[in-house]
Amino acid sequence: MSAAEEVVTEGQAVEAVPKRAMTLGYGTSLVVLVALIITPLLVKNFIIFQMTMLLIYGLAVLALNILTGGSGQFSLGQSAFYAVGAYTSAILMEHANMNYALTLPIAGIICFGFGYLFGKPALRLSGVYLALATFALATAMPQLLKLGFFEHWTGGVQGLVVTKPDAPFGLPMSQDMWLYYFTLVITIGIYLASVNLLRSRSGRAFMAIRDNEIAASAMGVDVALYKTLAFGVSAGITGVAGGLGAIAVQFVAPDGYTITLAISLFLGMVVGGVGWLPGSIVGSAFIIFVPNIAEGISKGLSGAVFGVLLFLVIFLVPHGARQVAIVATQLFGKLKKN
Amino acid sequence: MELFVNQVLAGVATGAIYACMALAVVMIYQAIDHLNFAQGEMAMFSTFISWQLMQWGVPYWGSFVLTVGFSFVAGIAIERLLFKPLAKAPILTNVAGFIALYAIINSVAGLIWDFTIKQYPTPFGSSPFLGSQLISTHQAGMIGLTILMLVLLFFFFRFTRVGLAMRAAASLPESARLVGINTSWMIALGWGMAAAIGSVAGMMIAPVVFLEPNMMLGVLIYGFAAAVLGGLTSPFGAVVGGFLVGVFENLVGTYIPGVGNELKLPIALALIITVLVVKPAGLFGRPIIKRV
Repeated sequence: MSAAEEVVTEGQAVEAVPKRAMTLGYGTSLVVLVALIITPLLVKNFIIFQMTMLLIYGLAVLALNILTGGSGQFSLGQSAFYAVGAYTSAILMEHANMNYALTLPIAGIICFGFGYLFGKPALRLSGVYLALATFALATAMPQLLKLGFFEHWTGGVQGLVVTKPDAPFGLPMSQDMWLYYFTLVITIGIYLASVNLLRSRSGRAFMAIRDNEIAASAMGVDVALYKTLAFGVSAGITGVAGGLGAIAVQFVAPDGYTITLAISLFLGMVVGGVGWLPGSIVGSAFIIFVPNIAEGISKGLSGAVFGVLLFLVIFLVPHGARQVAIVATQLFGKLKKN
Repeated sequence: MELFVNQVLAGVATGAIYACMALAVVMIYQAIDHLNFAQGEMAMFSTFISWQLMQWGVPYWGSFVLTVGFSFVAGIAIERLLFKPLAKAPILTNVAGFIALYAIINSVAGLIWDFTIKQYPTPFGSSPFLGSQLISTHQAGMIGLTILMLVLLFFFFRFTRVGLAMRAAASLPESARLVGINTSWMIALGWGMAAAIGSVAGMMIAPVVFLEPNMMLGVLIYGFAAAVLGGLTSPFGAVVGGFLVGVFENLVGTYIPGVGNELKLPIALALIITVLVVKPAGLFGRPIIKRV
């Protein structure tokens, strides 16, 4: 059509979240922590396994939250980083006989590098284009993992079986329970580190970029560096989650890391509240349990029920679990006064 | 040389599918500035409607026209009901909405027509076209129809008042509103047209990939690749992009050793990323300049 160039004022990709609104108060955190520590003692092994997965997906959603809620960049490609982390752990454990705990930092570092490198070309993209590029990455990943070239290490379409670790020092607990507490410690560590990261100079730089890139660069923020760094950190955390996921599920295969996983993580972030880190665990619960609930309501229509629930969330609580939490705190405050 | 010509022809034939889909993708992008991830599913649903009509004894072209009309209305209805309230929401919320729509349509189609693969008829026949084994009359017809749609769209946007209003509403909504254009309805119209074009794409693609609820997933990704290559702001570019992706994919599969069928998809995706990085506006798109 016409050669005239358009001038548009770009709408904000992500709503600004004040820094303080990103975390929970001490009291609430303590209650959640105690609940997370005590529950496994009271329930069956299968539920413990599900809770482990809850924490693992929670980590992955948290990673996306740092990227999107923190620095304002999209990603529909988190499953690719998750897959790289999972395969790194699995290959190191099965081919190099490495201890499972040692494989996780390596998975994190490799994914950090991968994410950092992917962040470089992604620098030129924003909004919907970035969503598309990361979408492409996520769709391509399973195909790449199936390649004959890597088959010796990855096991091709078959994937790899991973041995589940026993509890160390002869502790009297089942494998599932040990893995749960192991995951819990890592999750808490990463959660605290993320909270601190967002409160630090780097975190403020992320948020400045999210709210107004040009203003941020005018203030002396190295936009390119911090954007790629956000990608790297996010990918690194996702990689650790992927490694833990591989150990918990005891199996890695290309078809476990399709675009569906990336979309789930994305939905988890939207449901949990973009930019609200504690919401990650709520979002993770949504993506683990809601499909089951949907299946329970109607077997044939589970996808439709899932979609309708998602629309309800978007329309009723557009800020996700964060909004619910805020309303709840206000109610609580009123009750206290009376 | 003969191998080369044959592969290019085969590429053009598959490219026609991508071009059809890319046209619908660009159409909606023009109207709402978002990529509709549920576009493929909407097209699939329309195709099922036409199949159902044919099962009830409606002749091909009759059901074709009915389906296009239905899709147009359904597209508008979806916009009015679900996405109009989200117009001011951040992009993120919209993307989540598209994903929800995707899940709903896919699941409902699966429930009504189940997931078995169905034959879908073609109005053009499937004999070889002009004696060539690589391109059938159906594919030739599909290419013809795509080009026809493109020409019609060109005339619509260039020479009708509504077309002009739609362009105005898409490029500068504020100013368009000031001169009395109902921008909100222009967006709805864009949804309707995108759904209608998508339904044509679906009905043309179905004889090639067979009819089933998941038939559009791969096609949509290639459609995105084509639209990005040609430029998301240019319907003409989208069609050219579609053919280019088809040809590129075939040539790479033939001439570069080690690229079998399983690597074709990653290559299309690598193409998206490369184009986005080198020339973000695509081959024919207008570069967008941001106001600070």
